[in-house]
Formats: sequence, structure tokens, C-alpha cells
Amino acid sequence: MATVDDVIPEGESPDSVSDPRRRDFLNIAAVAFPATAGAVAVLFPLINQMSPSADVLAESTTTVDLSKIQPGQGVITTFRKQPLFVRNLTPKEVAEANAVPLSELRDPETLEKRTQPGHENWLITLGVCTHLGCIPLGINEGDNRGKFGGYFCPCHGSQYDTAGRIRQGPAPKNLAVPPYKFTSPTAILVG
Amino acid sequence: MSFPWANHYEPKQPFMRWLDEKLPLPRLAYNAVGAGYPVPRNLNYFWNFGVLAGAALAIQIVTGIVLAMHYHSDAASAFSSINGTIMRDVNAGWFLRYAHANGASMFFIVVYTHIFRGLYYGSYKAPREMVWLLGVVIFLLMMATAFMGYVLPWGQMSFWGAQVITGFFSAIPGIGETIRVWLLGGYAPDDAALNRFFSLHYLLPFVIAAVIILHIWALHIPGSGNPTGVDVKGEQDTVPFHPYYTAKDGFGLGIFLLLFAALIFFFPDMLGHPDNYIAANPLQTPAHIVPEWYFWPFYAILRSFTSDFILPAKLWGVLAMFGSILLLFFLPWLDSSPIRSNNYRPKARIAFWVLVLDVLILGYCGGSPADPLYVIVAQVCSAYYFLHFLVILPWIARTERPVALPNSITEAVLAGKSGTSPAETALAH
Repeated sequence: MATVDDVIPEGESPDSVSDPRRRDFLNIAAVAFPATAGAVAVLFPLINQMSPSADVLAESTTTVDLSKIQPGQGVITTFRKQPLFVRNLTPKEVAEANAVPLSELRDPETLEKRTQPGHENWLITLGVCTHLGCIPLGINEGDNRGKFGGYFCPCHGSQYDTAGRIRQGPAPKNLAVPPYKFTSPTAILVG
Repeated sequence: MSFPWANHYEPKQPFMRWLDEKLPLPRLAYNAVGAGYPVPRNLNYFWNFGVLAGAALAIQIVTGIVLAMHYHSDAASAFSSINGTIMRDVNAGWFLRYAHANGASMFFIVVYTHIFRGLYYGSYKAPREMVWLLGVVIFLLMMATAFMGYVLPWGQMSFWGAQVITGFFSAIPGIGETIRVWLLGGYAPDDAALNRFFSLHYLLPFVIAAVIILHIWALHIPGSGNPTGVDVKGEQDTVPFHPYYTAKDGFGLGIFLLLFAALIFFFPDMLGHPDNYIAANPLQTPAHIVPEWYFWPFYAILRSFTSDFILPAKLWGVLAMFGSILLLFFLPWLDSSPIRSNNYRPKARIAFWVLVLDVLILGYCGGSPADPLYVIVAQVCSAYYFLHFLVILPWIARTERPVALPNSITEAVLAGKSGTSPAETALAH
């Protein structure tokens, strides 16, 4: 179909007409912009479907009863399908953790910052080594707790202290502290 | 491309003539892997391994499709669907499962031989760089497929392997943890991860098959290399692929199948890990997590980084592990020597065998517990691996005085120096 666009203006040879011409550019832009926007709009659900689904997110809180855990003991439970370490530190372990200068730590954090005010003896962390996700030993009595008396990851030899802080080995960070609050003096709600 | 003296496809039956006009598939096969493809006359048995890799992929696809008819990709029943239903109840299920599991090992044995063949004979050099690059892509796809396949039985090694490998991504600063959760579809490996791994494990082999077609296409433009590395100069240097190399590859395939059958029927669990016969337990890490044997050298490189240096040690380990493979993409330009075959490169030949030894030691360390001794040995060998490709090989390429090349493939064959053994050359006459 011949349109006005196709008519070469007088005085211009066909060779001098740049390709694409300005009117063509409008056409290209008018099609390309919505097409790109549409492609992105379709791509987003295709990518986002891989994020955790609603049923996975729904299992996002855990309640732990602390009344049966004596000083020096720990329990392992689950939070978002990951192991959760709940440990009642002895006064000696608290003192050991507080005695370490922050400058010696790879990921400097005090025990105070990693626990809740008034509950410094309750160390609540994920039982997931920050190196590559193994479960460290040390929550159960008789486990190898490593050089620093906290946790020891058997996979690649990371050692954590009594505040769950990384002290030696390949792991880059301290054991993660999930968000939680004390719902009573002897119970916590994690998540 | 083909050489001008290549045989021409001439269909004789009326039906074949009709087909050739409408859809010339037989012509394509004739020119690609038939009498229409002229190949250097001096190929040795190391040139079998491309065809063997194709056969291994075909075996994996066929056994995999039938296994998928019985497998449950559900965290609660995946383990029992394999170790109960498939291994005990499905007719010949044990055979299909062992063939698929050991077929993966055979595939890697063949592909590693194929890669080292390429390294020794300079197959990555011009004009075959694209063949090499596509080969590295295939290797990466194979590694992804094998990893996801190993997760499917949902045993202890499956689960913890998934945990460790997806943990690599959390090493990325800032967004790493978000990426890991996105990849898993949860905070730890579970149903969502298992299902997407199954979906991709089914898909990727077909992607591999497609890239193999490109690999062969790119190969057919310059034509096959040969043990002397000397270009084909005339008709006397080549023989048609069929029947000469179909026969030679067929013989090699027979040996391959014998070894494969020996693995399946006599040593079906030799290359696997006993812990994978324990169902996945998210609350208990096995004492010693190891990947399958074909990932050991890379696992050793990953574990070699034990202290922070600007970046966290974990990120270095992950970067080095991926870097050890991505490095291969640059190999055609790192080795600037115009001589292809190491038969004529005395120094490069020594460096090649040292590299082979280095990778074997890395593999041994990667399969061992992370004791300080193994870690130190792995650190030395990892450093040497990178040194080989980044320093030693480029340096040798600049300084080495190669041995005189034969004038042609035919001259080398007639002088008994074709890179094939003298006995084999004698048989050819």
C-alpha cells in the first residue's frame, strides 16, 4: 500500500533517504514500547512464581516453651523448615562471650545485641551454618562444641562461640538470630 | 562445509528421491555422519569419545523418561518412590534406576576424556574455537543437570547437597540470600525445590541435545581435527566417515557398553554414596557431605579458601570454583601457540600431564574429609590449576621450540608417526 510516507520528497534521490526514515521511527517506537512493556509484564510472573508460595510463607511462626530447658541445655526445633537452636546459656558461658573483645570478631556483635534485654542467657539462633548451610553440632549434650564452646560445623570446620558468633573457619557471619519476642517469661514466639 | 572430494548423496530409490526433494533428512545425515563427511585418516581411539558422549546422553534420556513414569517429585514420597517402588516393585525398575545413576558416571567419564583429548591435541584452537566454547556450555549444562538429578532421590546426600550448592548463591554480597530463597522457593530445600529441580532435570538434557547439534555443526565447518594437528591438504589425507569411523566408533561403543554393564550388574553402588540410602532429614547433617565423584575437583577448589582476603572466604571459594570452568572459555586465546598437537610440543606436553595429575589430586582431596592436610594439598593444587591456564600455558606458547611437524597427515601416517600407534598404522596398510 503506497502511503504518503513512501513518497520521496522532490529533490531527494532514493539513496539520500536515510533508513529508517523519521516517520518509520515513530512506527517502530509505537510498536516496540508496548511490546517491551508487555514482555516484561509477562516475564515477571514467570520469574516470581519461583519465590516462596503463600503456603510456605504461612508456616512462618513457631512458639517455643522454655520452661523445661535448664541452664547449659539446648533444644533444636524448626522455624520456616529450618533448624532453630534454643540454648539456655550458663553464667560461665555468658561471661565467656562477654569477655571477648569485639576487635577479635569477624562479624562483631555483642551477646547483648544478640539476645533480648533481661534474657541474656537465652541464645536463639538458626541452626544453619552461614558457610553453606549445614547444621552445626553443639546444641545437644555430648556434641563436639569446637574450640570456643559454642557450635562446631562438621562440614567445613567453622567454629562458633557461646554467643553463636563465628570465630574460626570459612563461615562469613554469625549464626543468624531470627526475629522473636517473649510472650511470657517462659515462652517465645519466633517469626 | 565439506571438502571438494566428498562423496555426493545420490538417492537411487524413487521414494528416497521423492523424500530428498521434500525433506532432505537422509542427505543431512549422509553429509554429517555418513559417507559424505571426509575425516582425517589418522584418528586414534580418543576420537571415539564424542560419539560415546552422544550415546551416553541418549541412554540417560531414554532411561530418564521411563523412570519419570514412576517417580514422585514430592518431598514426602520421593525417597520411597525410588527406593521402594522403582527399586523393588516396578518391572526391571532396579535395572533402569541403576542404568540411569551409573549412566551419569559413564557420561562424565566419557566427557572428561573428551575434554582432556581436546586439551592434549589443541582441539580448542583456531579454526575450532566455537566447537570448544559450545563444548564448555554443554559441560556446564551437564553439571547443572547432574546436580539436580542427584537431588531427586531425596536421600541425605541429595538434601544436603541441595542445601550446600544453593548455599553458593548466598555468597553473593547483599542479594545472595534473597536469590537463594528464590531458587529454593522456601527457606530450606523442600517440596518447591524438589519439584522445580525435577522439572529442570527433565528439560535440560534436551537443551544439551540442542547445543550438541550446534557443537557438531560448528565442527563440520572446518572438519574434524586429528592427532598431528596438521590441516587436511588433499583427498589422500581423508577417508569417508562411513564406513571407516562408524566402524571404529562402533567398536569403541561396544567396549563402553561392556564397562557400563559391568558397573550396573556387578558394582551398581560403587560410585554412589551410602548416605543417600537414608531418607532426607532436615534436622541432621551427615558427618561428611560430599558431592558425586565427578564434582570432587571443583569441590576441592571451593573448600580451598579458608580465610578472608578483601572478600569473604566463602565468596572466594565460590568464585574460584565457577572461575575454574569459566576459564576454559578463554583457553583458545590463552594458548597462543599455532601448533595444535602436544605431540610436537615437548614443554606443553609435560604441562598437560602435570595438569592431569593436579586434577586427579584435587579430585582425591575433594572426596576426602576437610582435614587440614587435605585442605593444604587442595590449596596448592587449586593454585596450580589456575597457574597452568593463566601463566604456564601462555608462557610456554611464547617460549617453546616445537618439534618439526610432518608436511601432511599422509606423510605422518606413512612414516608411522601419525599420533596413532605404529602397530595400528601397520594394520591400516
